[in-house]
Amino acid sequence: MTQRNIVEAINSALAEEMEADPRVMVLGLDVGKLGGVFRTTSGLVERFGSDRVVDTPLAEASIIGASLGLAIAGMVPVAEIQFLGFTAQGFHQLGPQLGKYRQRSRGRYHCQVTIRAPFGGGIKSPEFHSDAVEAQFVQTPGIKIVMPSNPYDAKGLLLEAIRDPDPVLYCEPDRLYRAGRSEVPDGGYTVPFGKAAVVREGEHVTLVAWSAAVELCMRAAEKLAAEGVSATVLDLRTLVPLDVETLCAQVVKTGRCVIVHEAPLSAGFGAEIAATLMEEVFYDLDAPVARVGAFDVPFPAASLEDYYLPSVDRVLTAVRRTLES
Amino acid sequence: MLLPDGTVAPGAKSGMEEEFLLEALRWMMKSRLYDQRVIALQRQGEFGVYSPGMGQEASIIGSAMAVDPARDWMVPQYRELMATVHHGLPLEVITAQYLGKIGPARIPDGVHVLPTQVSIAAQLPHATGLAWGLRLRGQDSVVIAYIGDGGSSEGDFHEALNLAGVVKAPIVFFLQNNQWAISTSRRVQSATRSFALRAAGYGLEGVEVDGNDVMAVYDVTSEAVARARGGGGPSLIEAVTYRMGFHNTTDNPSRYQDPKEYEEARLRDPIERVQKYLAALGLWDANREAALTDELRDENDRALQLARSAATPRAEDVFANVYQDPPPRLVRQKAELLDGHEA
Repeated sequence: MTQRNIVEAINSALAEEMEADPRVMVLGLDVGKLGGVFRTTSGLVERFGSDRVVDTPLAEASIIGASLGLAIAGMVPVAEIQFLGFTAQGFHQLGPQLGKYRQRSRGRYHCQVTIRAPFGGGIKSPEFHSDAVEAQFVQTPGIKIVMPSNPYDAKGLLLEAIRDPDPVLYCEPDRLYRAGRSEVPDGGYTVPFGKAAVVREGEHVTLVAWSAAVELCMRAAEKLAAEGVSATVLDLRTLVPLDVETLCAQVVKTGRCVIVHEAPLSAGFGAEIAATLMEEVFYDLDAPVARVGAFDVPFPAASLEDYYLPSVDRVLTAVRRTLES
Repeated sequence: MLLPDGTVAPGAKSGMEEEFLLEALRWMMKSRLYDQRVIALQRQGEFGVYSPGMGQEASIIGSAMAVDPARDWMVPQYRELMATVHHGLPLEVITAQYLGKIGPARIPDGVHVLPTQVSIAAQLPHATGLAWGLRLRGQDSVVIAYIGDGGSSEGDFHEALNLAGVVKAPIVFFLQNNQWAISTSRRVQSATRSFALRAAGYGLEGVEVDGNDVMAVYDVTSEAVARARGGGGPSLIEAVTYRMGFHNTTDNPSRYQDPKEYEEARLRDPIERVQKYLAALGLWDANREAALTDELRDENDRALQLARSAATPRAEDVFANVYQDPPPRLVRQKAELLDGHEA
């Protein structure tokens, strides 16, 4: 049994897939000798050479756009955007270009491209580094959006992403990169897209989250247990495709739902979850669906991030209000 | 090299022999006749919005003739339709795209052409990645990527050329400076004296060429292709030409273009100068022109007819070619659309 944190799990997935498939290559800023700013690509350039582990110029649009072209040439690029917030400087190449290329070419070309990007607050990084903009890409159909929350899923979902014939945006919770080790097997295994995980089972309320917010919900569930409230925690794992079936089943079981995410509240993916529950299981709900997100302000200075981000206390408040109604 | 009056500059020698030049003339005329035909059809409501290449035929055809359809790749913007046809894309397929067809507009397997690109310059990073990847895959292919003077202001232009220089991608960036980006003149587009000069900033070879001289365009593009294939790195070619038509069928140049400028451009017509040159050699006359014009019109009309009669899209095609395995949500949305459609 091998214990790995998320950084090690991602590194393990990349190394094994590059070993197994000579078409797989890694490109991005500082992914070579440095091993990436979080060291997720550590040791890869030494093992696979600088043709397959490429330090690129500092230019997000061309990292993503060149990956599209590399894929058409028959390579399988895994590009790293140093922080998800910086996809703004390559947004048109990610959502509009990668997402539409299969359709625009009438199916002649597809883009087997994975874009990896760390994101989220809680590590006191300045400004744009922390932005949780995953929902922006839900509005650019054609890409899949993957949000692992733990080391096991990080490896299995990344291998699934690299092998997927369609483009995948794989968002990494930087706050949890080294938060702890758990069992991550050697060798290739995959975690399928569109299968949410019930990470804690309860009776009174269902907490729905993805990425680092899952860990937050687990801490909230511990506190709730002390108050005699048992909570289900559902990890969506992927936003596209969305596991509507498990989502609805787990909310129906408790009749109550609180959605938690790090992105600003308005038009965050929580709104999509809430709307889906209204459409599908409204008559099985015992209380209005509640949402806890970041506030609708730009990500503030690091000194303020604890006020800005959803906290255990804010989750508990939302749960209590839900239970009272 | 080939001057506007149809004579060759003293001492100049092109790689284009007479027979090859006749072939170039054929393609240039085909391009102009196609433009004229589909503009007429668009005015009658039978064709979509269209951007003609009129006036730029020497750039379009001279560059296309310098690459090898069997192994090289072409990455168009959208004003070089006949270059993609020369590169193997059937005219009826690209025509079907303008008519809104889906299946019949699919670029056939084995044709090394990427789709036209409406998001200006977004194709350039793709082209750099494609060229880089083909080299990593051990192929001796070269990519030719098209862009305009307007497109060169985009960030993607800068990023793509910069990356191509760094990885020494086997690529030729072919910039058609037709002096206009819709109504924005080249003078407003950039303060640079020459777009070709920008190559130096990326460590690329930069060449400026008379884009209305098919011989010169063919020669400089051939050199750039050979350099790229030999591992010498990428080039930027600026073909200085003039948009003798309009941006597209919605445009009205009379609102912004000085008519004198257009009249001057007409004197530099890229097709007429080839015809004059060949006439002086006894290889061209009015009868040959009439016969070839009829032949090309028939060819173009056959392609138009094939595209018109090709299958029209069905409601379910809304969902075609988005994912290899559509997520359950899409499967459900498709079922809802089709239910509603039948009801």
